[in-house]
Amino acid sequence: MTLLDTPPSAAAQAAPDSRAVRLVRVLLPVAVLAIGVAAWELVVRINHIPPYVLPAPSAVFTTLVLDWPVLSQSLLTTLLTTLEGFIAAAIGGIALALLFNQSKWLEYSLFPYAVILQVTPVIAIAPLLLIYLSQQTAVVVCAWIVGFFPVLSNTTLGLNSVDRNLAGLFSLYGASRLQTLRLLKLPSALPFILGGLRIAGGLSLIGAVVAEIAAGSAGAGSGLAYRIAESGYRLNIPRMFAALLLLSAAGIVIYGLLALTSHLVLRRWHESALGKES
Amino acid sequence: MTEREADEAGLAVSLRGVTKVYDSGVAALGPMDLEVRKGEFISLLGPSGCGKSTALRLIAGLNAPTSGTVRVSRPAARTGGAHPVGFVFQEPTLMPWTSVRENVRLPLKLAHVAGSESDARIDQALAQMGLGEFAGAYPRELSGGMKMRASLARALVTDPDILLMDEPFAALDEITRFRLNNDLLALWRNLRKTVIFVTHSVFESVYLSQRVLVMTSRPGRIASEIAIATAEPRAEDFRTSSDYAAYCRKVSNALAPSYPGQSGS
Repeated sequence: MTLLDTPPSAAAQAAPDSRAVRLVRVLLPVAVLAIGVAAWELVVRINHIPPYVLPAPSAVFTTLVLDWPVLSQSLLTTLLTTLEGFIAAAIGGIALALLFNQSKWLEYSLFPYAVILQVTPVIAIAPLLLIYLSQQTAVVVCAWIVGFFPVLSNTTLGLNSVDRNLAGLFSLYGASRLQTLRLLKLPSALPFILGGLRIAGGLSLIGAVVAEIAAGSAGAGSGLAYRIAESGYRLNIPRMFAALLLLSAAGIVIYGLLALTSHLVLRRWHESALGKES
Repeated sequence: MTEREADEAGLAVSLRGVTKVYDSGVAALGPMDLEVRKGEFISLLGPSGCGKSTALRLIAGLNAPTSGTVRVSRPAARTGGAHPVGFVFQEPTLMPWTSVRENVRLPLKLAHVAGSESDARIDQALAQMGLGEFAGAYPRELSGGMKMRASLARALVTDPDILLMDEPFAALDEITRFRLNNDLLALWRNLRKTVIFVTHSVFESVYLSQRVLVMTSRPGRIASEIAIATAEPRAEDFRTSSDYAAYCRKVSNALAPSYPGQSGS
């Protein structure tokens, strides 16, 4: 065997290696989950811990199935609120960024308030909103408040990241403001906007949950967070866990959907969506 | 001189006492006088940061001069979408989010040229640059040379009278650069455009242009002018001729004072 033979055979060995690594990366967290759940179940059973203190995973699962009619209804409510908040955040964030981009004066006047809205904890604003707005509106507004800022700041960053020479080309060919915005700035900003939306998706869920919790027992709503609060008062701990599980799952699905959308939109041209090989 | 007088004198571009001082206080250019006849191929040659790109941007109208006048002849009768000036940057400067074809369409789109009319012109420009089969490709799928061809096709699609090129081939490998040099010369012969070519390569400037204008370091001025008188059309064998070597030597010597600390030969 000559030295020349070495690189191809080394490459051939590397391929299954990386496949194995990928498999391990999936299997390890699954194994951790399985061990954790099994340990939890054992601890509860061996110590005879009553379900109103700590329910076993099996009890949580049973509750999930038995209470599915109630929980699914709550899940739908929370998802709808999140979606409304997310859409409001997306439209509001992008529109505001576009306005700021077109008018510096507007940006100087309003940007500080966008920051203030962002840094004030939403949990502290929620009770006030609930006084002045109907609960349904207040919940959506909360989801919007938390969600819009990442969209605004990312879109602003994107609109300002236009290639200087491309911008020169547009002005050379006498592009109008609208043409520059539509054909140059928005496409340049798209990867940034999608990044902002990905953050906003998760935040909208948080905003919705915070508002539902703040509304608490006084609320007339029936979202998942409301179920958690209600079940807490009734010491229905298994249902608290079941609702929490659904909230987590909702967050994961939202993130996954937005990441997938981003990938599909950018896959033909943007570095972030390209495979390592290309 | 008014624009019409400049036109009558057969000038495509004329600069009179043009200076450019940037907001930062850096005097980048001038005073600079320059006359370029219609259909002429000239090179602006100088060290990095000598203001040659600045001069090009002033001619293109991308920046305004601090003082002096810049005149560019603009024929009165023009069909829709035609633009007097085409600009090629050092980088291909393509929009990464769309195909080569849509990149080339850009100047026409900005001028609101109808799709059917622009399609024919895009096809022509792509064919001129040998890009016909890459029309649907995205910029990242192309090599550096191909990207530059797409950039050239975009500049040609408006059928400009004047082509401004800012070190367009500087980032390419030598083989690709030689091919693009030849293609550019063929294009210039066939289309008779005025070309102002900015470069820091002595060899490229001698090979391509009828006149080489050597610039001093910042603030850039024209230090000397060397006419390259050789048999046209030029072909690859010009590169290896003794004429070529002599001109390169002459241009190098003219350039030497622009590089302080290095002695000229």
